[in-house]
Amino acid sequence: MSNFQSISFFYPELILTVVILGAIIYDLFIDKSISGRVGWVVITGLAFVALAIHFQNGLKTTTLFSDAIVLDPFASFFKQIVILATILVSIVSLSSGELDEYRKGEYFALLGIITFGLFLMVSSIDLIMIYISIEIVSIMSFVLAGYLKKKARSNEAALKYVVYGGFSSGIMLFGLSYIFGLTGSTNIFQIQQSVTQLDLASSTALTLAIVMILAGFGYKISAVPFHFWTPDVYEGAPLSITAYLSVAPKAAAFALMIRFFNQTFADGGAMNGLDSISLTQLPWPEILSILSVATMTLGNVVALQQESIKRMLAYSSIAHAGYMLLAMPVMSGDSIYAIMMYLVMYLFMNLGAFFVVIIVKNKTDGESFNDYKGLGWEMPIVGAAMTLFMVSLTGLPPTAGFIGKFYIFASLIKGGSTFYWLVIIGGINSVVSLYYYLKVVKYMYFEGERTDKILFPPNTLSGALIITAVPSLLLGIYWNPVANWIQNSLVFFIQTL
Amino acid sequence: MDQLNNYLYISAILFSLGTFAVMTRRNGIAVLMGVELILNAANINFVAFSRFGGMNMDGHIFSLFVIVLAAAEAAVALAIVINIYNNLHTINVDDAALLKE
Repeated sequence: MSNFQSISFFYPELILTVVILGAIIYDLFIDKSISGRVGWVVITGLAFVALAIHFQNGLKTTTLFSDAIVLDPFASFFKQIVILATILVSIVSLSSGELDEYRKGEYFALLGIITFGLFLMVSSIDLIMIYISIEIVSIMSFVLAGYLKKKARSNEAALKYVVYGGFSSGIMLFGLSYIFGLTGSTNIFQIQQSVTQLDLASSTALTLAIVMILAGFGYKISAVPFHFWTPDVYEGAPLSITAYLSVAPKAAAFALMIRFFNQTFADGGAMNGLDSISLTQLPWPEILSILSVATMTLGNVVALQQESIKRMLAYSSIAHAGYMLLAMPVMSGDSIYAIMMYLVMYLFMNLGAFFVVIIVKNKTDGESFNDYKGLGWEMPIVGAAMTLFMVSLTGLPPTAGFIGKFYIFASLIKGGSTFYWLVIIGGINSVVSLYYYLKVVKYMYFEGERTDKILFPPNTLSGALIITAVPSLLLGIYWNPVANWIQNSLVFFIQTL
Repeated sequence: MDQLNNYLYISAILFSLGTFAVMTRRNGIAVLMGVELILNAANINFVAFSRFGGMNMDGHIFSLFVIVLAAAEAAVALAIVINIYNNLHTINVDDAALLKE
């Protein structure tokens, strides 16, 4: 579709742009002490964007802006996920004590811009668009990770993020340039067409390019061995941003990865609910299996030794990226379904866990296990919610985390006996993770003094906690709505050349 | 075709130098210069493929976009380095080591 016609299908993004600009301008006119109001502007605007995306539901799948991005239910699903994460994080940021010293206007505007970048990321089908969207998200994340200007730790997190981020996106770009040279196109459907016709002599160059691109994606989802930035950045960045980075960009990167790898280097069968057949000489299932096993094992084992809960959750998010990667090697419709299901569950339980960390940080200004002593008695609701999130992150029934893991393992077993060993390793990893998740519960209930004084967090934080805690439990018992939603979203734009 | 190969050699060398700089240099600015080298190596590839590979204009367009994004990234990166210098009085990447296990 031509550029001019596309605009009428691009209105969620246009509304978002207006909201961002409005937030920036509004921030110019108000005093620093009330700059949190910009947050409410952004939250309201995002709610309208979510509504706009909802209205696009029945539309026919199509490409926009001369084949730069697509409009399909798969992209809309991830846009809604991103919106939900952004709204929750924005609500929590309003009462996060860390940010109080700083002007909050730009903070919310930057969150809006990241959301815009993630929208493009989940719908891009062109190498140029893929690179631009990844960079929009990265550059804004660098700024937000270093938002606490006066804190050396936050500065350091931003520096490490910018160095690793620039390096890995540079490597990915170099890989993309070889793909362009080999296939002569930047559109992923035309690339797919050309990849089938490549001769054997080009397969080395193609392999090199794919490995380089994998480095870029691996960095975004913090898969081993591209995870080095994750613990440091997650620890140094403001807590609300850590929560955001561990969910939204990861979800979008998975969406991009599913679309890109299934469509470019395989025949795209998974898009129709079948098994994808690889078009290259590369042993995809083996490579992705090893990546996922390494990712979750490293995440879980290192998380065991952490003193700080924030850092523990950073490693735990690496481990969860590993669980989601587990489903990638199968390359079937079921595995895409499982990853989407896991992402929904992960969104609620992981954001919830970080919100509790924010509440504790507001109270004690600390993030270590010792700050959680007696929390279960002092703040009963927060303690109960944290227990729920920890159980859910471990993946025990009857919580959301169990359903997520169940679908992942089910897709592996359906995939055939070559994947059974992944199920076993995934199971062992879940058991290992039980230790460090329940350690938090132990500190909350069995260490420190029992008090009769009961504290409540501020309203916005309690609200966000409830929005994340209720689904974490409820979706473990009744997940049909989510299942239906995902089933309806498994429609991709496919171009036959 | 020979002309294309020459450009590919140059870009491969630039890419290697950039990677080497990122890995060995400890000065924050020098590391960022390494990243710029990698991006420009990719740019050379795009333009060379477009010009000599008998392809369309996409490569030229791509490299223009990369230049713009590299500038944006450099602006943010330098701001972060200045911030580091204000707080820690060093721009050595290794000296910024508060976050450790």
